[in-house]
Parts: sequence; C-alpha cells; structure tokens
Amino acid sequence: MIDVNRQGEVWIFAEAEGGKLSDVPLELLGKGRELADILSVPLGAVLPGDGVADLAETLFAHGADRVYLAEHPMLAHYQAATYSKVICKLIETHKPQICLYGATPIGRDLAPTVASTMKCGLTADCTDLQIGDHTELKSKEHHEKLLLQIRPAFGGNIIATIVNPRRWPQMATVREGVMKMPEPQAGLTGELIRCEVSLDGFQAPLEIIETHRREKKVNLKAARIIVAGGAGVGSRDNFRLIWDLANCLGAAVGGSRAAVDLGFVENDHQVGQTGTTVRPALYIACGISGAVQHRAGMDESAKIVVINTDPDAPIFSVAHYGIVGDLNDVIPRMIKAIRGGEHIQDLAKAAQA
Amino acid sequence: MGYNCVVCAKQVPDTKQITGDAMKEDGTVNRGALPTIFNPEDLNALEEALAIRDAHGGTVTVLTMGPPAACDLLRESLFRGADRGILITDRRAAASDTLATSYILACAVRKLEPDIVLCGRQAIDGDTAQVGPQLAEKLGFPVVTYLEQLQSLEDDVIRVKRNVGNGWEVVSCKLPVLLTVMETANTPRPRAARRMMKYKKALAPLELADADAGQLDTLKEKGLLLEAWTLDDIGAEMAWCGVDGSPTKVHRIQSVVLTGGEYHELPPTDEGVAELIGELIEEHTIG
Ligand SMILES: Cc1cc2nc3c(=O)[nH]c(=O)nc-3n(C[C@H](O)[C@H](O)[C@H](O)COP(=O)(O)OP(=O)(O)OC[C@H]3O[C@@H](n4cnc5c(N)ncnc54)[C@H](O)[C@@H]3O)c2cc1C
Repeated sequence: MIDVNRQGEVWIFAEAEGGKLSDVPLELLGKGRELADILSVPLGAVLPGDGVADLAETLFAHGADRVYLAEHPMLAHYQAATYSKVICKLIETHKPQICLYGATPIGRDLAPTVASTMKCGLTADCTDLQIGDHTELKSKEHHEKLLLQIRPAFGGNIIATIVNPRRWPQMATVREGVMKMPEPQAGLTGELIRCEVSLDGFQAPLEIIETHRREKKVNLKAARIIVAGGAGVGSRDNFRLIWDLANCLGAAVGGSRAAVDLGFVENDHQVGQTGTTVRPALYIACGISGAVQHRAGMDESAKIVVINTDPDAPIFSVAHYGIVGDLNDVIPRMIKAIRGGEHIQDLAKAAQA
Repeated sequence: MGYNCVVCAKQVPDTKQITGDAMKEDGTVNRGALPTIFNPEDLNALEEALAIRDAHGGTVTVLTMGPPAACDLLRESLFRGADRGILITDRRAAASDTLATSYILACAVRKLEPDIVLCGRQAIDGDTAQVGPQLAEKLGFPVVTYLEQLQSLEDDVIRVKRNVGNGWEVVSCKLPVLLTVMETANTPRPRAARRMMKYKKALAPLELADADAGQLDTLKEKGLLLEAWTLDDIGAEMAWCGVDGSPTKVHRIQSVVLTGGEYHELPPTDEGVAELIGELIEEHTIG
C-alpha cells in the first residue's frame, strides 16, 4: 500500500494484448482526463508489453499526458504474475492516487492481484466515477477529493458509492462502454517514459502453450438499434422472435443477464453493469423487468421502447414508448407493421420516381 | 499419488428470486426473505475437485466463511461427495471486503496445506471475481482464472484450458495452484441419496444447543462433525479482518427514484403498433 498522496497522478492500465489496444483503455482515458483535471494532476497510461511503443501515440491522442512504457519479452503475453510485478513496482515508485482498469478478463485477473499485493481497495464494475469529499462515520475524520466509486449494489434499486480513504492507490474496474471514448486529437503529444523492467531471473509461473483469439461475435456498442430480450421471452427457441425483429430492423440483439443465465442468448450479448453499456439510437426492451443493473447499461439510449406485460415493471421508468402487452403477440405485429412500412416507403419512392 | 483439494465456496442470496415479496417498501432487498443458495460457480469448483479426487485420489475439503447458517452449504457439499467441511465464522469477520475476505481465507487455507485450491469464478451477489486472484496472491500460489477444462494433471504439473473472453488459451503450471472455475467447465453431480441419509445429521458444534464433550466425540467418531473455526483458530491478525481490514468503505447508499409515467403508452394492438412504428419512422429513429 502507498500513503495518501495528493500529488499522485491518475493512471489507467493500457491493456494491449496481441499488440493492439482495445477500446476500454481509450474509454478510461476520457474519464481519467476528467478526474485528473479536477485533481490538477497529470494523466498517465501504463503500457506493458513487448514491441508496443507505437501504441503510445494513440494513448496521447486520447488524452494521456504520460505513457509509462514497460517493455520486456516476458510481457509479450499477459499473465498475472509478471504484469502485477511490473505494475506494483511502478505504483511504488510513482505513487499514483488512482488506478483504473478495464473490467475485461485480463483486467479482472490483474487488478485484484495488484490490489492484494498493494493491500489497497478495489471496486469492481463501476458505472460512474467522480471526485468528492468523505467524512468517516465513526471518527468524523474528513477526507477531501476522494475517488467516488459508484456501482449498483446487490438487490433492489440501490446505488452504492464506495471510497478508499487511506490505503491507496484508489483502484476500480470499469466495463466496456461505460465511459465514452474521447475523440482522438491528432497532434496531442505527451511524455513517453521508458520504464526499467526487472524481470530477469524471475520465473513466470504459467507456461502459455496455446492461444486462440476470436473476434467478438457482436459489437453492441456500434449498433444503431438494439432489440433486447429478457427472462420474459421464455425460452431459447422463442428468442427467435427477438432475432426476427432485430433482422427486420437491421438491429443487433441484446439480452438481460437473466436471459444469458437461462441460456436464451450468449453472454457477449449481455447489456448492463456486468455486460456492455450501450447508447444506441433505439433500444427495444422485450420481457425485461429493468433491474438497476440492466438500466445502468442502457438508460442513455436516445429512444427506448418497452414491451412488458407488467405495467409496474421498473423498465417503464426509462421508456419513451411503452406497450403493456405480451411480447409473443406484440412482436409479430411489429414485424408486420415494419414490413408494411417498408412497403409504404417503397410505394412513396416509386411515386417520386 | 493423490491431491489435497480445498474448495472455497460461498452461500449467497438467490438473486434470481428477487420478487415483490423480497422487496421492502424503500426498494431495498429484504435479505431475510430471500432463499440462500450455493453460489452456482462454486458448485462447478466443487465438481472439478471431486473429479480430480475420483481420477487421482486425495481429499476434497470445502471451506466457507459466513454465519452459522452457512453450515447448510457444508452439508450440501458432503451430500455431493466432499470429505470434509469447515466453516469460518466470527463476528469480527463481518463487513469484510474482498481484500479482508481473501486474507481470512488465506489464513485458513494455509492450515490445510493443499495442492490445489479451487474457487468459483465469481459469486452472483457481487460478480466481482476478486477473491480468487487475491487469495492466490496471499498464498503465494500462481492463479489460473476462468478454467473451462482441466486437460491433464501429472505429478505436480497441471494443464488447463481457460476462457479468456475473446478466445481461449491453454496454460500449464506447477502445483500448488489456485484455479477459478467457470460454469461451462462441468455439470455438477447431484446429491447422492445415501450420502444425504448419512450427512443430513452432520452438525457443527455451534448448531448444538449445549453440546457436551461426549456428544461432540460421538459426532466426530461417526464423521458427522462439521468444523467451525474462529479467527483465533486460524491465527488471523485482526488488523487485516472485518471493518479494519477492509480498505473500501461505503460512502453512501442511494435508492434510485423511478420517475415513470412519462412515456407515450400505446395499446398492444395493430393500431398501437402501427402508430409506434410510424412515429419512429417519422423521427428518423428507424427507416
Ligand atoms: C452483481 C450483479 C450484476 C448484474 N449485472 C447485470 C447486467 O449486467 N445486466 C442485466 O441485465 N442484469 C444484471 N444483473 C441481474 C439483474 O439484477 C436482474 O436479475 C436481471 O436484469 C433480470 O433480468 P430480466 O429483466 O430479463 O428478468 P426478470 O426480472 O425475471 O423480468 C422478466 C420480465 O419479463 C416480463 N414478462 C414475462 N412474460 C412476458 C411476456 N410474455 N411478454 C412481455 N413481458 C413479459 C415480466 O413482467 C418481467 O418484467 C446483475 C445482478 C447482480 C447481482
């Protein structure tokens, strides 16, 4: 653990598996910039890997003031032991006050390992991060400008704000899509700091024998329209309805965690706090009750249509259009109406020609 | 040669059962009204350990931290084939965050000198997936997260296929090791009827009204004694347990006020649906 250090930088972990930056670190730079500006400290990106120096430019373009480049052949592939060793060393040397990680499979392996080594706190799957003051309940001790780590709490419509007043750095993980990716600005530069990596003689515990990467099957973040189904769809077979409606709208398919847990749809499709956060032009929620963890991942959609048999379902609280009814009845009618709509548009076009 | 496996498991509220009955007026969950279950992926961790024992011999010990009611989880483990169940229960462990929890578990696991520690990937009440890797770090064991298939185990080398989200990898490593197990790794075996008959009588000392030494001895003789350890029993330092040991603090809990009622409601008829589609086309949301 490091002591409270008000001059400490804000850091993000620049995950670059396979020599490529994923979206999350760039998204984190957007939020990191905001936090660093409030605290008047620099924003740093920690970039471990092998032959990844070229990526620093992208990190600068997205707002990093400094890139801590840690290159070593043993860092070519991620593993918890080597990466956490390098990052803990950097934390001890530079004493950042905040470290943010993407809640990716790698981030969720690395961040807890670092937290345990540093004996500091870690909050998973934050849906928002802010800076604010905190007064301890018992001692009444006042702490200024802490990282407020905001996430839905288990059960009900509850949002918890977590702080880590003493044992720094303050660390959190954030899912993909939660923070908006800043527009890259060509010409933005920063300081590239080449860090000494002392792994010589260190025996990495895992031998990586084979790796297979596949492209993600769905890109929910990029979809303009999403049709999402929940437990109310009833079965994997019946989820066809969701796919059909999506197909005729050129939309992507999303699901609630219940729909994923029940096996109606693969987990790449999960929308919400522990899935993907989306902001499409249109989100159609079918048979989804709208638990706070689900709403956290979709309530910034430009237009939300809800189809649910229960008029009291919380999902209606974020709806722009709502139909209280059975999705098995409503969706086929929608498909028919959309097809009809196309027909009408075709006629209109034909008339203009 | 056999392997000593320790499975760390958690009793969790059944989040799938959050219905109206379980909700309080203020929109928070009445935990008392929620049934508790064996955290689903911890059952996969248990199954993986039982499969290792079936193939190579050794023992399976299930370790859980929680209130006395968590003895149910230990009995459930025995029904399914575990050899031994240990409960860590101590008021001073309450309000532990994941760091303090992993510290306490590490103190207990060390006493058991395992070859392989298995955890579920994550618990459904928080989904943090933090305790596994943190426990490994505390133990000084390598961690292999997201196990999807145990490919081989020979002498002190294990080979595992792990799911890395956008693909998979095969890794090997030397024992001792900590594994976190995914739901897709296996299908947990059901309870065995004969074991249920026997182990439904298994009890921890704290479940007996006023246990005398004789009673405890009898239970122990019959293999029906569930062990309950306190923080003192595992030599935990209080500074790293419970509230004091937890760097994260709750700053604020807010209930989300649902606004509601401000949407355009349409009837579930052809006309209603046509109006909806018409409006969406008109505002250029679709089409
Ligand atoms: C730590 C944690 C993280 C979580 N992360 C996420 C997450 O990322 N994403 C997520 O979605 N959830 C998440 N959850 C789960 C969340 O709390 C809810 O349990 C889940 O979203 C419920 O899914 P659902 O709305 O599909 O199911 P339910 O709550 O069961 O709702 C089903 C709905 O379908 C309606 N319905 C039933 N039949 C029909 C019909 N024929 N026609 C129309 N409507 C019908 C019902 O009225 C009901 O409203 C998380 C939970 C925890 C504890």
